[in-house]
Parts: sequence; structure tokens; C-alpha cells
Amino acid sequence: MENILTKILTRKNKNGNGIPHKYAIEIENLNVFHQRTHILKDINLNIPKNKITVFLGPSGCGKTTLLKSINRLTDLHDGMFVQGSIRLGTEDILGSRNNLAALRQKMGLLSQRPFPLPMSIFDNIAFGLRIKGVKSKTERADKVEFYLKKVALWEEVKGRLKAPASRLSIGQQQRLCLARGLAVNPEVILADEPTSALDPISARVIEEQFMELSKDYTIILVTHILRQAKRLADYVVFMYFGEVVEEGNPDEVFEYPKTDTLKQYLEVGH
Amino acid sequence: MLRKNIEEQFFKYLMALFTIGLVALLFFIVFEILKKGLPELTWKMISQVPKGGFYFGKEGGILNAIVGTIYLSVGASFISFLVSLPVAMFINVNLIRFKKLQHGIRFLLDLLWGVPPIVYGAFGFTLILFLGIKTSLLAGTLTITFLITPIMIRAMDEVIKDIPIGLMEASYSLGATKYETAFKIYFRQALPGIATAFLLAFSKGIGDTAAVLFTAGYTDRLPEKLSDPVATLPLAIFFQLGSPIPEVKARAYASAVVLTIIILLISLTSRLIASKLSKNSI
Repeated sequence: MENILTKILTRKNKNGNGIPHKYAIEIENLNVFHQRTHILKDINLNIPKNKITVFLGPSGCGKTTLLKSINRLTDLHDGMFVQGSIRLGTEDILGSRNNLAALRQKMGLLSQRPFPLPMSIFDNIAFGLRIKGVKSKTERADKVEFYLKKVALWEEVKGRLKAPASRLSIGQQQRLCLARGLAVNPEVILADEPTSALDPISARVIEEQFMELSKDYTIILVTHILRQAKRLADYVVFMYFGEVVEEGNPDEVFEYPKTDTLKQYLEVGH
Repeated sequence: MLRKNIEEQFFKYLMALFTIGLVALLFFIVFEILKKGLPELTWKMISQVPKGGFYFGKEGGILNAIVGTIYLSVGASFISFLVSLPVAMFINVNLIRFKKLQHGIRFLLDLLWGVPPIVYGAFGFTLILFLGIKTSLLAGTLTITFLITPIMIRAMDEVIKDIPIGLMEASYSLGATKYETAFKIYFRQALPGIATAFLLAFSKGIGDTAAVLFTAGYTDRLPEKLSDPVATLPLAIFFQLGSPIPEVKARAYASAVVLTIIILLISLTSRLIASKLSKNSI
């Protein structure tokens, strides 16, 4: 019943009659090829708004590729070919050739290991603000402080904002990257195993921030860690060999797995 | 076990021998030049242009060649930099999807790097005939620019190519364009390497003889405009070394000392700059 309802809802939205979207991102018939390999097969997926959606699955199942096709980082790979449709709100991501930079700005990225920009802690956050067109210096400084506080980094770095970001510990760097992404005011946060390079304490801090942030942002988290998925997920997408095997609320998916692959994964997973 | 041990020892000593031999050779060359050149190296020699009878062992110095060489290599390096940086960025940022094209361009640049300088000299010569200009500072600068640009591009490219793609993804995710990613992020990240590439090409240009043989000319005077011919240190060494007069020969070594010192200074500066600039890199 609900499925039919949502289908009607999304279909109406396509006509643009102003009904608010229930889903932040809608993926339809997505196929991704790399050279001759079929990496993602017929993905149909709706990502709920202001929730944490977890892409779960073993390494090499295509979850990172799926994440990267959402903000078209697949464009950076030679021989990668994307087919289908991904919509962010009303915007067609794969079709729009006009302003890719503005589109990507709506989706913050947190990668497996932090990549701070080669500049100071302050400038790491101010850079995005500058390209977004925040001209006032004081406004930028205020926002830098605001977002550093938001990721609980302010107390640790307030005395050395001019120091190179590369001097921070890796856990601090990852939080800085989160702050930098939030500062350009995205709608979605794409996180690709963001805690895999971190120590348990830093990882926990990131997880706590995700739970906090999910009130205001749509978060997509790629992980192969079952426990992390259980802790964070509002919605689970289990992937295997380029296909979505199961999806649903964590209670259903984890308690009553329908397929053998997921059952096995849940048994050996940790 | 014993055989393995002998093998291990044998190669250890063999490698040590070659390493020591190489360092010793370098020191020997520098020592020889210093031994023959230093006694002749006077303030007069580096502060005066050749006077009457200089080439017979009389008064004068090689200021014309020092100034000429610096003009040529500085000018060529800056023109080359203006071309090389955008090309290196274009290969690595805009062409990231086109691996085959990247390989092709790199292969061509490597070929150009391997072309002997005398060929560039001949090319420069036909160019000045075509343009109808004489051997001059301009012609020499252009020829050196052609010679060092492939080197500078490839040296920059090698550094930029090693930047992890995650940095590009991060930059794009913040809403940066390709241009902003290239010149604000990648440039900063690769800055130490870019400085090294610049100085590598610079020191190639400063020491090259064949490329300027036909194009820069030679003169005892300091160049005043782009169309004046200029002297260069490598050519000064070449001419003086060919002289039968011992005093002039000795001055060739003194000139070599000057050139060596300039190149040494450039190398040290590049090391220093690279280590200073690398503090911001990830």
C-alpha cells in the first residue's frame, strides 16, 4: 500500500505540482559500467529526507560507486559510463550539464580518509565560503567558528586557526572535513566509510555528529561495518555484486532478512 | 644458506662500491675545476667585460657572459613557466577521464625532452631565418624556452599526477570549478614540486651550449635590447678552452667555476624553497 502511495506521490512531483518531496534523492534504473564490467545493475532507490540511509555490503559490491554517481564523481574515472536517472529534489543530476559545481555543492562529501585542503585550518572552511560568494570577512570568520563548534573541533583548534590543516590528527582532520562540507550548506551528506581510517574514539565522535546532523540533513553512509550500520541506520540498503538485494527499515532488514546473502552477511558480520 | 650469505655480501659491497665511486667522481670533477679555475677567479674577472687583447690573455673579464647567461635563462624560464603550468594542470585536471590522451601527451613530451639541444639550436636557427631576425637575445631566449618547456611541463606533471584523487573530489564537492581546483588547490598542493620543476628547467637552460650556439650569437658587450646578440657562459668556456694560450685556458676553468657556483646556488635554493613550501601540503 505504501509503495503505491509513494509512487503516486513521486509521479505527481515530477509534474511539479508542488507537493513536498518525501525523498531527498530518487534513483531510477541506474546502470554503471566500467569498461566492460557492469558495476551497478538496475538500481531503483529512494533516499528518505533527513534520515541516515546506510549502504551496507561487502567490499567491491558497488556501494562506493553508487555514492559517487550521486554527485557525479564517477565523471573523474576513465571508461566509466552511467545510465539512468538520479534526481535531487527536482534537479536531474545525470542530465544537467549546466552547473555541475553548484549541484555538487549541495552534497557534502566525507571520504574514507580525510583530504584537508593544502591550506590553514581556517582557510579549509573559508575556501568553500569564498567560492560560494560569501564576501564579508567577518561573516566568513563567524561561519568558520560556527561550523568548527558544530563538529566539536573549536576548542581544540581555536588557538591555531592559521596553522596548516595537515598538522591536525587524522580524527581532527576528518571532523574538519565535515565542518568544511557543512559550511557550504549542503542538503545531503555523502559519507564513504568515513570512520575506517579513524581510531575508535574519533570514529565515535563522527557517529554522534551524524546522529545529530540527521535532523537537518539527509545522510548517506557507506559502510561494511554491521555494528555501525545498526547503530546509525534509519534506512538500510544492502548491496551485493552491484545489485540492491534488500532495503528497508533496520528492524525489518536486520531481524527478518529475506535473502540468503544477507543472512550470511549478518551471521559473519561484526 | 651460505650461498645466500655470500650473495648478500657480494651485492652489498658492489652497490657500496658504485655509490662511493659515483660520489668520488663528482668530487673529482668539482675539485679539478676548482683547482684550475679558482686561482684565476678574481673580482676583475667577474666584474669586467673583455677588453682589447682579452683573448690573448690580457685585461678584462667575463661579465658579458655572466649577464648574458642570466638574461637568457631567466627570460626563458619565465616564458616557459607561463606555458608549462597551464599545460601541466590541463593534462591532470581536465584530461583526467582521458588516460590514453594523457599517456600520448606525456610520451610526446618525453620525446621532446630527449631531443638533443643541438637540434633545438638548428630549429632556432631556421626560425630566426624565417622571422628575418639576427642572432640575438630574443632568438636565444626563444630557443632555450623551446628546449626547457618539455622538461618543465613533465617535471610539474610528475608532481601533480601524484596528488591523490580524493583531493580533487573534495574540492569539487565544495563546489569548486576545474579552474579553481587546478589553480587554488592543486597549485598549492604541488607548489614545492612546481618550484623544483622551475629550477630544474632553469638550470638546464643556464648550462646549455648547443641551443644558443647559432641563435644567441656572441659579443663582448652587455646586451641592451632584445635584438642585441648576447654572450653565454658555456660558450665563453668553449671559446677560451680552445685557445692555445695558457692564461686564456685557465680563464676557461674560472668561467666553469662561476657556472658551477650559479648552478649550485640554484639547486640549494630549490631545496630550501621546496622544504619551506611543503608545510601546507597533505
